[in-house]
Amino acid sequence: MRELFRPRRMWRRQQELKSSYDVVIVGGGSHGLAAAYYLKRDHGIRNVAVLEQRYIGSGAAGRNTTILRSNYKTPEGARFYDQSVKLYEGLSQELEFNLLFSQCGHLTLAHSDRAMFVMANRAEVNRQLGIDSRLIYPEEIRRLAPAMRLDQGATFPVMGALYHPPGGIIRHDAVVWGFARGADRGGVELHQNTEVTGLERANGRVTAVRTNRGTIKAGVVLSCTAGWSSETCRMAGVSLPITTHILQACVTEPLKPLLDVVVVSSQMHVYISQTDRGEILLGAEIEPWTTYRMQGTLNFLQEVCRHTLELFPQLERVRILRSWAGLCDLTPDYSPILGATEVENFHVSAGWGTYGFKAAPIVGKTLAELVATNKTPELIAPFALERFYEDRLVSELAAAAVSH
Amino acid sequence: MSFVLRCPNCGPREVTDFGFGGEVIRRPRFRPSFRELNSYNYFRVNVAGVQREWWFHRSGCRAWFIAERDTTTNEVLFTARPHEVGAEGNRDQ
Repeated sequence: MRELFRPRRMWRRQQELKSSYDVVIVGGGSHGLAAAYYLKRDHGIRNVAVLEQRYIGSGAAGRNTTILRSNYKTPEGARFYDQSVKLYEGLSQELEFNLLFSQCGHLTLAHSDRAMFVMANRAEVNRQLGIDSRLIYPEEIRRLAPAMRLDQGATFPVMGALYHPPGGIIRHDAVVWGFARGADRGGVELHQNTEVTGLERANGRVTAVRTNRGTIKAGVVLSCTAGWSSETCRMAGVSLPITTHILQACVTEPLKPLLDVVVVSSQMHVYISQTDRGEILLGAEIEPWTTYRMQGTLNFLQEVCRHTLELFPQLERVRILRSWAGLCDLTPDYSPILGATEVENFHVSAGWGTYGFKAAPIVGKTLAELVATNKTPELIAPFALERFYEDRLVSELAAAAVSH
Repeated sequence: MSFVLRCPNCGPREVTDFGFGGEVIRRPRFRPSFRELNSYNYFRVNVAGVQREWWFHRSGCRAWFIAERDTTTNEVLFTARPHEVGAEGNRDQ
């Protein structure tokens, strides 16, 4: 019995850096840790170091609004995110860690004829790919979210919604910790408070990684640094079509169960869910100006409250407990940059804007495959960095422009 | 935290008064190659540090101007009308 309550370390105490690793992963967030985990699980590569400048999950992995979904607009995007949701479905069991994944359903509201048309289009793309996603009307929305205001007196009356039953919320910290523990058990080294200060290059390859704790040789380097990707890739001599913005979120004080589904309104720039603790979790749009400073704005709180109260006027007297900001690396087409770069052994996962967390497992799996086989998996081929030089964009503007 | 920008025409205003026009980038050479053109269209320095950038006083004089801002602190170092600083790029590559 005592054994049950013995405190256990999630991963080994930090060791000295070795002089060389087969794979060095820059960034200890959900993507970097997932890549480390799948490198070991699928390919037996365990001489791997994950370097994190602060602590595990201190960046976007611990700051997102935990929403998972796959109802994207382009076939490339929808297929990709669908694989990710499928991996997430089995992840609690696989990692032996309860990730509290509730597939409670995801509603994207439409407030105009135009939006209804776009939703119908998305539903059709999703249906073709076998993704459960359909257009529903106010009577069904009322059954799914009885607390939401649906009358015609609203500023933007709800005309319908794209309903995506497999979508839902998960405990983001647990995802990060689960991957970290899984990777650590497989022999991967996690190095926190280890900042990459430079990358040494020779003959079109990255040869070594300079850190604040010394220089290490690397066979392959993966950059998984989200908002900091431009800076990390610049060290390798790789330019990116990315701008870094802050995205903010806030939670209210805990309430009794009120909302079972995730509600998103593109027109009102808000997404709303109720966490397992009862807090109403609100997120909104990125700030239009670029910044690396993770501090929230009053403007965000005002807007997000105004829009939330349009949909849930009964929350009027509920207090906000806390708010926070994270960095988002936005691409021009709202699709990620994933895979090889012009530097031979330097691969990148970047440009995730506001949808990186929901892709973590499939990013890890495909990046690991790329490292092990040196071939770009077909699933991620459309997201190559090269597409921007060739002007072959994968536009997810309609499905991802509101951040969630 | 929001910040305040000094419009060269109207004086200091909150950032919400302005539209952001992105970092100043160098225009490509005459008749660029397809690759150069796409590079100009899409690729950005996105520096964590001092950035020269375009702003538009949307809720005021509706003029475009140049600012230099540290993106790690949001401290605005100066603002100026485009002809005063030369709208040449800060693109270092």
